[in-house]
Amino acid sequence: MKKFLLSAAVAALALGAASASALAADKYKACWVYVGSIGDFGYTYQHDQGRLDVVKALGDKVETAYVENVPESDSATAIERLARDGCKLIFTTSFGFMDATIDVAKKYPDVKFEHATGFKSAENVATYNAKFHEGRYVIGQIAAKMSKTGSAGYIVSFPIPEVVAGINAFMRGAQSVNPDFKIKVIWVNSWFDPAKEADAAKVLFSQGVDILVQHTDSAAGMQVAEEQGKLAFGQASDMIKFGPKAQLTAIVDNWGPYYVRRVQEAMDGTWKTAQSWEGLKEGVVNMAPFTNMPDDVAKAAAETVEGIKAGTVNPFMGKITKQDGTVVGEDGKMLPDADILGMNWYVKGVDDKLPQ
Amino acid sequence: MDALIPILLTIVTAATPLVLAGIGELLVERAGVLNLGVEGMMIMGAVAGFGAAFVTGSPYLGILASIAAGMAMALLFGFLTLTLATNQTATGLAITLLGLGLSGLIGKPFTGQPITRLPNWDGIDILVVFSFLLAGAVSWFLFRSRAGLIVRAVGDNHTSAHTLGYPVIRVRYLAVLFGGACAGLAGGYLSLSYTPQWIEGMTAGKGWIALALVVFASWRPWRLLAGAYLFGAISILAFTVQTFALGIPSQLLSALPYIVTIVALVIISRNRLMLRANTPACLGRPFVPDR
Amino acid sequence: MLILERRVERARLWMWASPVLALVLTIIAGGIIFALAGVDPLHGLYTYFISPLMDGWDREKLIAKAAPLVLIGVGLAVCYTANVWNIGAEGQFVAGALLAGLVPVYFSGWQDASVMAVMLLLGVLGGLLWAMIPAALRVRFHANEILTSLMLVYVVRLAYDWAVRGPLRDPHAMNFPKTVRFDGWQVLPAWGEIHLGAFFALVAALVLYVVMVKMLKGFELRALGSSPRAARFAGFSEHRAVYFVFAVSGALAGLAGACDVMGVSRQLQAPYEPNYGFVAIIVAFLGRLNPIGVIFAGLLLALSYMGGEAAKVSLGVSDNIAKVFQGILLFFILACDTLILYRIRWQGRG
Repeated sequence: MKKFLLSAAVAALALGAASASALAADKYKACWVYVGSIGDFGYTYQHDQGRLDVVKALGDKVETAYVENVPESDSATAIERLARDGCKLIFTTSFGFMDATIDVAKKYPDVKFEHATGFKSAENVATYNAKFHEGRYVIGQIAAKMSKTGSAGYIVSFPIPEVVAGINAFMRGAQSVNPDFKIKVIWVNSWFDPAKEADAAKVLFSQGVDILVQHTDSAAGMQVAEEQGKLAFGQASDMIKFGPKAQLTAIVDNWGPYYVRRVQEAMDGTWKTAQSWEGLKEGVVNMAPFTNMPDDVAKAAAETVEGIKAGTVNPFMGKITKQDGTVVGEDGKMLPDADILGMNWYVKGVDDKLPQ
Repeated sequence: MDALIPILLTIVTAATPLVLAGIGELLVERAGVLNLGVEGMMIMGAVAGFGAAFVTGSPYLGILASIAAGMAMALLFGFLTLTLATNQTATGLAITLLGLGLSGLIGKPFTGQPITRLPNWDGIDILVVFSFLLAGAVSWFLFRSRAGLIVRAVGDNHTSAHTLGYPVIRVRYLAVLFGGACAGLAGGYLSLSYTPQWIEGMTAGKGWIALALVVFASWRPWRLLAGAYLFGAISILAFTVQTFALGIPSQLLSALPYIVTIVALVIISRNRLMLRANTPACLGRPFVPDR
Repeated sequence: MLILERRVERARLWMWASPVLALVLTIIAGGIIFALAGVDPLHGLYTYFISPLMDGWDREKLIAKAAPLVLIGVGLAVCYTANVWNIGAEGQFVAGALLAGLVPVYFSGWQDASVMAVMLLLGVLGGLLWAMIPAALRVRFHANEILTSLMLVYVVRLAYDWAVRGPLRDPHAMNFPKTVRFDGWQVLPAWGEIHLGAFFALVAALVLYVVMVKMLKGFELRALGSSPRAARFAGFSEHRAVYFVFAVSGALAGLAGACDVMGVSRQLQAPYEPNYGFVAIIVAFLGRLNPIGVIFAGLLLALSYMGGEAAKVSLGVSDNIAKVFQGILLFFILACDTLILYRIRWQGRG
């Protein structure tokens, strides 16, 4: 009797499952794997905004799914589950998912994959990344013009190339205005710990800097700047709500246009593997409105943005002196992409040491 | 000198949530109950406090809401471990899981929204002041009042406390609720004052540090206060040292608060008699009266 | 109000009925949660509890996920039986993974069966040595192991982070924090998705079951756990027992760490916070500190993870709903367990 009841229950549940999955049969399914939670109001939040843009733009023709809080050491399970669940195009949004994405892609040649910020691709695995350092050059210039002490505080998470390139681009921007500009760096060793970020911000302000730059996700540093009457730059999202008198601008991740384009291509059958690396020009990196600064500074910043878009200005163009005094690059030429994507050295003027 | 005062104020704000949650858990453990759900109660306090302040515009109502949310989670913990005599360790961990999930669901509409911060003077607000009063009050209560004597008796030997006619379960319920209120308040301090915003998982392990500090303090309130300030001070000093760019690996500096806490505990613990006198002997053991 | 009445002996009926009752209650509560989240409750429950068991891939993944939980959980069960509170298994896990990962980094060309054995042994050694710190601090200085073992989790995580970003970094990985990929003999053999770690978990559980139930050592540890004073009079050494249980639980956690990097991710990468060591605490208690019980508890927890992930993917519910659901499931299981030892009565005041 007990067995019968149990199997009846299973059958009923199975029926429920069958009826629900039949509904979604003819839609194109695009899926996302996130490293954090979509409520982090930072990196993952911005990727999910991109997913929502896809839903908005393509409406009924597309079905989306996502898995959040996926640990990097066991991401293959989540990625493979999506592939088995009928996802045709899967975006894996953290560097740590790289090898797992490649492994799963080999097993599912008919599914298309897109891996963010990595360097391994395949027939069915494209990579995409954003030139965040372009935005960092712009804020470097603004910081050098706005700082009264000639120094900025810089809160950072982990020393990965994107972060290191960001620091260098910021310094190059600042040095183009004030060659003696200084930064003080604090590594909080976490992408996500608002209290630590706030502590680091307070420590930096106590050390005499008057502008805060961050490469961590939360708006905690911005709030500290607002309270102490200092200035700051937002990261990942526009944080003006948290610092109406403090935010100068913010570097906003805007994955929507890229996601919409790639999903559309996949639906049309024109999707091809590629290594996309876009920035201000393509709108993947946006600058929030220039606020809390004199008009001439805002105007100059806008000009720099235009220059970067036009290709006449770039943080890694021309000769660059490294921290150890050696010189790389040539006048009028860009540093090779690979050198920026794998950057592991500081430009001259950065008072910090990188783990080697 | 100019740099010193802001650094001291930063240490105060860093230590306050640890003091609030730690003192609450200290009383709970003195009554013989081990509640590993501090992190879960704390984050519920954070989201409820933020939510109430966001909706009503008053951070003070936020404080009340955070206390209420912490107590609600504690009540659930109490019902399971005290009325149903479930395993305290596992139940506490389940409370943490539930709290992290539930707070994320409740907090969804609050992501990326600002609120009015609790009024403060250079970071010192009523909750900071209250954390000192709380440590003093709990210390007085435990060692100078009759009710505190009963709490300690219940934690040291619930069987004889019961024989003497003390209501073991009721005392433990009250202690657990008090602990929940304190943990909720600590969460409220995070989302209303320390970093006035709501982000999923924003407690980031603070509840665990508070738990460890209770042990560090060998269940004495003033020592807990000292421990929290030691932990906060080392964390902040580690950041300060980083700004000098000496080339010390930042991971080593980040690990310092933990290492120093362990070393300090080892030094304190060498006095075994003192330690034994303060450890609640019935910690973590369920009590079911024989009838 | 509700009161409990101790049963004279464990109720055989409830030993079996309690998990069933817990499941029924969870299904009802789960149905309500899914309904509130706007998901058809039947479909939701099917996805959560049954779909992870419906095909081979899911079942294999389930076992692979349960392996580290069981491996760590049985060690912790032994620890807690002796009333020693190792809550830092997560750190011992990471230490094991780190030490095992040194071999492929420094001896990438070492390719025969011996390299696998050496890596596994290094994993065991890493976990064991890291566990010896809280053990020695407790024995020598009476330092409470709850604090020391927990704090050491954060310390080893940072040490791991430093190592993987610095000396162990793969020179061809564009300066990202990961080592070279493990290859050939450095990777655990697997059947489908199930790697050798699952086998170790089973063996560890069976061996510890025999030790705890059939051998004097088990009696000694239980005696020290339940009445330390009496055990000391019987001539059992508390110090030796502390070292022993920390060694066992640390070694198993370290082995689990080695198996995780050798069988699943096949590299060290940062950040590395799988949290198996913390979840295994729940597993140990859910298995009633019995090694065989831990196997079932580990499978159940793994099911709740796989079900949660399936629900996220096919129903679009958030990670948070999965966590709430997991919490409620645990509450019901723990509460229903009460029925084994106690009768529940309703009594008016008076």
